[in-house]
Parts: sequence; structure tokens; C-alpha cells
Amino acid sequence: MEPQPVALKILNTLSILCFLGSLGMVFLYAPLEVTMNYVQKLFYFHVANAWVGMLGFLAAAVAGIIYLVTHDIKWDIIEIAAIEISLVFFLIAILSGSIWARPSWGTYWTWEPRLTTAAILEMVYIACLLLRQGIDDPDRRARFSAVYTLIGSISVPITFLSIRLFRTIHPVLIGSGSASAQGSFDMTPKMLFTMFFTLGTFSVIFVALFWHRIRLGQLSQLVDQRKLEEQ
Amino acid sequence: MRPDSTSSPLPAQKSSSRPNASYIKSIGAILWKDLAAEVRSRELLTAMLVFALLVILIFNFALDLDAATRRVATPGILWATFAFAGTLGLNRSMALEKDRGCFDGLLLAPVDRSAIYFGKLISNLVFMLIVEAVVLPVYSVLYNTNLFNPGLVCVILLGSLGYVAVGTLLSSMAVQTRTRDVLLPILLFPVIIPILIAAVKASSGFLQGVALADNMPYINLLLVYAVIFTAVAFMVFDYVVEE
Repeated sequence: MEPQPVALKILNTLSILCFLGSLGMVFLYAPLEVTMNYVQKLFYFHVANAWVGMLGFLAAAVAGIIYLVTHDIKWDIIEIAAIEISLVFFLIAILSGSIWARPSWGTYWTWEPRLTTAAILEMVYIACLLLRQGIDDPDRRARFSAVYTLIGSISVPITFLSIRLFRTIHPVLIGSGSASAQGSFDMTPKMLFTMFFTLGTFSVIFVALFWHRIRLGQLSQLVDQRKLEEQ
Repeated sequence: MRPDSTSSPLPAQKSSSRPNASYIKSIGAILWKDLAAEVRSRELLTAMLVFALLVILIFNFALDLDAATRRVATPGILWATFAFAGTLGLNRSMALEKDRGCFDGLLLAPVDRSAIYFGKLISNLVFMLIVEAVVLPVYSVLYNTNLFNPGLVCVILLGSLGYVAVGTLLSSMAVQTRTRDVLLPILLFPVIIPILIAAVKASSGFLQGVALADNMPYINLLLVYAVIFTAVAFMVFDYVVEE
């Protein structure tokens, strides 16, 4: 395995710098929200984590479809990388959302479309990992996980829509929110800028992690090959 | 058998004036095989039925079903029962094929593989509908609730179709893994949430006499789900049974 390419090293450094920058902006630059005070700071990271989770979700679905078409094992490595990253970032988004919801909504959890869909998405990913664990043949593992990711990527949006047939209380900050949303607030330009900066930061972190995870996948594939050769 | 099959590059298209006839015939053959095997052994339906009744029994004690609770909880109990009993049937129906090597035989047959999928889908659907046809009257008698409602029957048909469309595909994946007995519910339940939501809502709507227009979104959702997932499973089934 060749050492990390220069672009990846630059990306590593950029991730750290951007993250420090985001921390500084969230705590020093962005103004304090009037009603929610410091709890509102969590929002910047919550949105960014959810965004990265969505990116991973899309990447996994696309990689799965490309694998089914091309049968190139490279796309399976990309798919599992996207699934694992998305799993972790969605978990962080759910947990940070719960911590924010406690003071804002008075409860850690409600069965609201976005929360429930995020939880179900986590379950789909965990099921996918369990499915992969139960299969030894790498080709079959790749095929099954691509098929299951495809099923999941179609059913999760339908789940969201079906739960949305009910009333929602999750605040919609961009675009028009529903009248019953609780805990929404008007963003000042400074807040908006901070939010987009954290979004950018987490996108960079996502790309860096994604790249590392793909390299890890390639390494473990190499290990499997060597093991087969020794037998 | 076919004299022209060696000379023609596309024997299947040439030998039959109706290309769909043989496809439907092979679906029918798989359905017939499953039904005949079930009539002789009766192991799948018996297990599903006993299990379904036990689930209802458990709900009886878990929820303390008095008249007020029943009115709210009946659709939920019915669909939870169908979903649990359904996984039992799906698992068993595929495990039977795998254990006795029948599945390899099916794959060797010179038919389109999606015909195998549709054959299994229809037989699974038949088993599920039989279980539901027994559970509904039993539930009605046990809890003195009238469940004979044409709307409810329609919801059960559509919901079962969507459930079985995904379930057949996922169970044919699950039986090929090491952890097959436990894997199917874990794979299936997260992706059938839309069916459960829509079916429970529509069922309770029909049972409580809500206007049809208010129930239509849920019926549409069930319909859309069934169509989408039958189509997707039809497209990807080849990848699942590929050797």
C-alpha cells in the first residue's frame, strides 16, 4: 500500500483547521440566540452532521447501483465506506438533536418524521452491516449489500413521506416551516454565515474520512487476498 | 425437442408465438409446486397460524384489551400479528427450498429467474392471505368486534402484497447467509415501516367509519409501495440468486 497521497494529507490538515475555525465561529463569532441561549450553539453541529449523514446516504445508494451494473468490487468498498460514515454521523445528529430537544421541546425524543426517519435509516444501515457479516463470499456480500442498500434508499424516503402525513413539530429553518413547529428562530446573517461555514467544514471532514475509509477497505481486501494465497 | 433450436439464434422467441405464455406457465408451475407441497406437509401454514394466534394471545395480556383499548389498538394488533407471522412463513418457504437443494434445481430450470420470484411471491401471498382469513374471524369472535369490512379487506390485500413483494426478495437473500434464521426480520422490518404506517392508519380509518376521501392517501401509499417494490425486486432478483 502506497503512503497517503499529498492531496489527502492536505485534506487532513484542512479538516483540522476548518474544524478549529468552526469552533471559533460558533462560540465567538455567532451571536447568542435570545431565547435558547447556549443550547442553540448545538444547532450548527447538528445540521452539519445531518448533512454529512445525508451525503453518505446518497453516496452509498449511488455506489450500490453502480456496483450492480459494473460488478467492480471497488464500488463495494466505496459503498461500505459511505454506509459506515453515514451511520456514525447520523448517530451524532440524532444524539445532538436529542440534547437540543430536551430544553426546546421538553422531551428528548418525539416520533416526528425527521427523527423517526433518521432512526429507521440507522436501523437499515445496522441491518446492512449484519447482512454483510453473515456472508463470507466477497462477491455475494457485495451483491446483497448493494441490493439491500438500494431497497433501503427507496424505502427510507417513502417512510419519511408516510410519517409526514401527520403533523410535524420539527423546526424548518430554511424555507417555510409548518405553523406548529416549536423551537424555530430567525437567523441573523452572522448565524447564517456560521452555519454555512460549519456545513463546509463537515463536508471537508466527510471527504477526508471517506477517502481514509476507502483506503482501509482496499487494505482489508489486500489482506483477504494474501490470506487466500497462503492457504 | 425443438428441431429449429439449433439453427435459430433466438429459439425462445421463434418457437412461441406468445412469448408470455411460457413465462406465466412457469410462474404457475412454481406456485402449484408450493401449494401441493403445503397441502401434503401442512407444516408452514400450521406454524404461521399457531404463531399468529399466540401473538394475539400475548397482546391480550400485554395490553389488557378492554372495550376502549380494543377500539384503538385493533388495527395495530392485527398488523403486528400479520408482520410477525409473515416473517415465519417467508423464512420457512425459502429455507425449505435451500435445505433440500430445490433452489439449485429451480435455478437450473430454463426459465427467466424473475418467474421464480413471482412464483414464490404469489405462493407466499396465498399463505399470508390464508392466515389473515383465519385470524380475522377468530379475532372478531374473541373480542366481539366486527372486522368484516370491505375497506379493511382491501387494505389487507394491498398491505400483504407490498409486504410479500419485499419479503420474498429479502428472504431469498437471508437464507443464503450464515445467520439466516434471525436475519430476515432485521432486514425486513426497517424497510416495511411505510406499509405498517399506512395499513394501520387505513385499517383504523375503515373500522371507525372515516370518510373514504380521508383514507385515500394511505391506500395510495400502499399501492405505490407495492408497485415500486415489486418492480425493484423484479429488476434485482437476478443479482440475489446469481451463483
